[in-house]
Order: sequence, then structure tokens, then C-alpha cells
Amino acid sequence: MTNSIHDMGGMHGFGKVTLEADEPVFHEEWESRVYAMNRAMGPLRLWTIDQGRASQETLPPSLYVSATYYQRWLLGLERRVLEHNLAGADELEAGRSLRTNYKPNRIFAPEDANNLTRGNFTRDASAPPRFKAGDRVRTLNINPVSHTRLPRYARDKLGEIEAVRGCHVYPDSVTTGAGEDPQWVYTVVFSGRVLWGEDSDPSVKVSIEAFEPYLVPA
Amino acid sequence: MQVRVRSLETVLSEKGYIDPAALDAIVEAYETRIGPHNGAQIVARAWIDPQFRKTLLEDATGAVNAMGNVSPVGSHLIAIENTDATHNMVVCTLCSCYPWEVLGLPPTWYKSAPYRSRAVIEPRKVLSDFGVTLPESTEIRVWDSTAETRFMVVPARPAGTDGWSEEKLAALVTRDSMVGTGLVRDPEDVA
Repeated sequence: MTNSIHDMGGMHGFGKVTLEADEPVFHEEWESRVYAMNRAMGPLRLWTIDQGRASQETLPPSLYVSATYYQRWLLGLERRVLEHNLAGADELEAGRSLRTNYKPNRIFAPEDANNLTRGNFTRDASAPPRFKAGDRVRTLNINPVSHTRLPRYARDKLGEIEAVRGCHVYPDSVTTGAGEDPQWVYTVVFSGRVLWGEDSDPSVKVSIEAFEPYLVPA
Repeated sequence: MQVRVRSLETVLSEKGYIDPAALDAIVEAYETRIGPHNGAQIVARAWIDPQFRKTLLEDATGAVNAMGNVSPVGSHLIAIENTDATHNMVVCTLCSCYPWEVLGLPPTWYKSAPYRSRAVIEPRKVLSDFGVTLPESTEIRVWDSTAETRFMVVPARPAGTDGWSEEKLAALVTRDSMVGTGLVRDPEDVA
């Protein structure tokens, strides 16, 4: 789902930003285990980063906003484990393995934690970039029911290409079974007034990282 | 929550998908080696080494990996520099994208609905929640991390720090100053 609660840019009513002095990396031990499980399941290559995001975005909106950050990570991971038949609901309930599912070829080893660098999302391009820095563009007015990275506040808006960032895995395709479908990524900058109206702060500019299919020349 | 998480970990581990010792190692890495001290070293280097600064702004991933003394970074890191004219601020309105490798895991506020919803529509009011007020003439540039590019802000070097060592300069650089919601420390507090 795209027009869901996770797409928060520009919403009102959530209140002030609450700061915590000397905040620990994890507040509870279980949070650290949830985070680490999510990382350690990566090398199994059963899902991509966007499929992981999609499993949180499709949580019921009321649950999404009431859950804490790592609760959402847990809920998302449980969903993916069940959807990929890595374990049954009865096993999660029992807290132990009751049968064998599949054996991965390679799992995350302790020494892999010495190099926790991100994966590379760059892929070969099938065509040169359509836009260059300085080009005027308009974002599309799209409302797909599947995953997208074009936020609602930046749809059907006039902006300018600031930089070409490379050709990357396309989230909108990889989450719908259409493969990596690599697309060029651009930094597109908008004036605050284009996004928020003539009454808004004239000193604000906002950029998004936009995939080429989100853009048309303007 | 604790019980539910332990159940999942036990099941995944008994099935051979994860090694609990690997989870320990991941947690330890983020509680010790990978954190904003890495970013602070990068900023301090950029302040004293013009060639490094230039490379950092052109290819942050390559520049940071060439330093050797900070934790390695993967792909798509972009450094953006504050100037007198422009103040940069980073958000992820759709989830919680953050430059983990150079700043560690994000603080709770960065992942919270108030920050994610308001940073793009009223960044000056958000900055005031952090106690930061900037001149009206300063352009506020908000970077929404909607793809796999990751942004770190390079704050401006404060006056009164001529001749300071890289280590001493790094002590001025706060996490929030590299997200763009804070400023660097007052040199008089560190001197």
C-alpha cells in the first residue's frame, strides 16, 4: 500500500519532537535482538530492503502508529518469516522449532559483524539518464496500491534536477515481482512554496531522491 | 515483548537461519565501533584538509574509506556542506533511512512521527524544538532520504579554532550537527 500511514511528510498533529539526553543505542535488550535478527537474516537473500519496508507499511495504520519503532521491526520480520514459510505460526507460538523447513547455504557469521557495510544498489543501466542537473521536471500524480518511494507531498509538483545519483534497483518493481528493473535516481529539489503553498516559509527548499519513472520533463 | 522476541530468536536459531553469537556481534558493533564518533572524525578531517573536503563532497564513500581509521562504509554516502547561505537538514519521511555507517543507529526522535511529519513542512519549528534558531535569510534545505542514497551534513567550522588538532575539532562535532538539527559545540566549552 502506498497511501498509508508511513507516508508522514507534511502531516499535522503528532506534536513536538521529544529529545532524550544521552540516549542509549538500544533502550531494551529485546530491541537489540530484533535489530540484529533483521540484519542477520539479510545474507539469506529472501527479501530485499524494499520488501522489508513494505511489510511494515502494510501493517494496519492504527498498529503502525501505536507500535514503537522496534515493535514494527519485529512485526515486519514475523510477517516475512511466515510468508516465506521459514516457520509456522504454531512454532512462533511455541517458541521452538517443530519441523524442518529449508537449509540456507550461508548464514550471517559472527565475524561478518566486522564489516557491516551497506549493500550496493547500483545496477547497469539500459539507457542513459533522461535528465541532467538543471532540468525542470514534474513529478507524476501516481497512487499505486503497491510499494513506492514517491511521497504523497511531492506528487504532481514542479521541481528541478539537482544531481544524477546513479542507476539503482527500482523499489516499485522489486516489490511487485517485476525484478530489479534498474532506474536512474535523481535529487529533485522543490521550493517550499510549491509543496506547501504561497503562505509557507519562503526560505525552505525540500529535495527527494526520485527514480526516473516518477518524473516527466516540465 | 521480551518473550515474543525470544521465541522468534529461538525458532530462527533452531532452524539454522541465524547464529545467536552473530547477533551478539552485531549489537556489540553498534554499541561500540559504529557511531557518531566516526562522522565527527570525518568532519574534523574535512575542516583541516581541503583536498579531503573536496573529495568528500564529490565521493563521500570513497573519501571515508580512504581515511582508514574509521569504520568502513558501503555505497551511496553523500556529504552535504552547510554554508553561511544554506543550512542542511536530513529526514526520512517514509521510514528511517539514516547513514548508519558514519552516525550509528538513529536516535528515537529521528524515527518518530513528529520529526518525520514536520521536518519537510515546518523545518524552522522543528529546529526550535532542538533549541536552534537560524537567521531568516538562511535557506533551509531539507533532504528527504527516499532512495538508497544516505546523507551526512558537514557543519561549518566554528571561529576560534585555528590551529586545533583533528582530535580536538572532532570533539566539537555532535551527532545532531551531522543530521542538521543541531549546531556544533561552542569551542569555549571544549578548549
